[in-house]
Amino acid sequence: MDIPYVVEPRQDTGLFNAKVGIWLFLASEVMLFGALFSSYILLRVGAEPGTWPHGLLSVPLGTINTLVLICSSITVVMAWASLKLKDFSSFKKYQAITLLCALTFLVIKSFEYNDKFHHYQIDLNNGQIVDGHLKERNKDFVVVHGHYVQPKAAEGAVTAKAEHEEESEIKVATSDIKYMENYGPWHSTYTAIYFTLTGLHALHVIGGALVIAFIWGPGAGMWKTDPERYTNRIEISGLFWHFVDLVWIFLFPVLYLL
Amino acid sequence: MSDHDAHDIKKSVSRYLFVFYALLFGTLVTVGASYIPFGNHEINIAVALAIACTKGFLVAGYFMHLISERKMIYGILIATVFFFAGLMYLTIWSMNPNSLVHLH
Repeated sequence: MDIPYVVEPRQDTGLFNAKVGIWLFLASEVMLFGALFSSYILLRVGAEPGTWPHGLLSVPLGTINTLVLICSSITVVMAWASLKLKDFSSFKKYQAITLLCALTFLVIKSFEYNDKFHHYQIDLNNGQIVDGHLKERNKDFVVVHGHYVQPKAAEGAVTAKAEHEEESEIKVATSDIKYMENYGPWHSTYTAIYFTLTGLHALHVIGGALVIAFIWGPGAGMWKTDPERYTNRIEISGLFWHFVDLVWIFLFPVLYLL
Repeated sequence: MSDHDAHDIKKSVSRYLFVFYALLFGTLVTVGASYIPFGNHEINIAVALAIACTKGFLVAGYFMHLISERKMIYGILIATVFFFAGLMYLTIWSMNPNSLVHLH
């Protein structure tokens, strides 16, 4: 049985069905990310003055990831244009670059996540707080590369460090530790919303990359049997990919810069 | 494909490249602007969001071809914008102390 309107447009919509489908899906995605953005606004505005962290994330890494996603967006659209010009080999090259960009983005993101899971806040029995990256840990002591922060700085600890203090190796006896916790999603409202937003976005990157990889690799045979339908598939997967880029364009300044 | 169609696509490609360079430039401006002390942090937020909106328009308008789409797509997007704006309005409204219902 032939599926109707996979290539030719419907008379009432003027579009092939998959295009209507992907835009409806993207509309639901806007509401999904919109709900999370509104949560971010509420959490940020509701935070005590001076406690919202600044400088917790690496701006250079975030900038590189933004540039990587922009590069992937241009290669996706160039891949589609190549198919329109019947240039299949160029299409293959452009989409290969897209997949490499997706992989690069995820690798950089995993480095960032790993950094947060090795970044600790240690509350000492004497009221001081040590903030830094874990170097060594055993039953007697903990060694971090970091700095002491003012207790009142709490969530804004890293900002205080960046402006006033140098980092050094700090050895803390286990008996002096009241509480220690890494900067995972459980650490603060900031890390919770950071991991939720970027984690959901990363899942979208993975999903989009898998679809693009399938159409690029195992599914590429359709180019020989039904080139117009294949080109439409590239357009649809490309629309999703551009949306993923679009979300990151807003996530980057909101989480890394402001 | 006719020569006319091929010509249109090639013309679009040069537009895509222009948008690509604009997006790269916009990213660097976003990062640079975040380090400029405008005197009020709210101005930094407004500048960053204005640049992000411009970049978003470029991606949606040109890479996603929204500037030359069918009415059906615009209809879907208008509905999306309506509900998204409603969501944001509720968010901002809920932050107004006068909007709270006091039970006691």
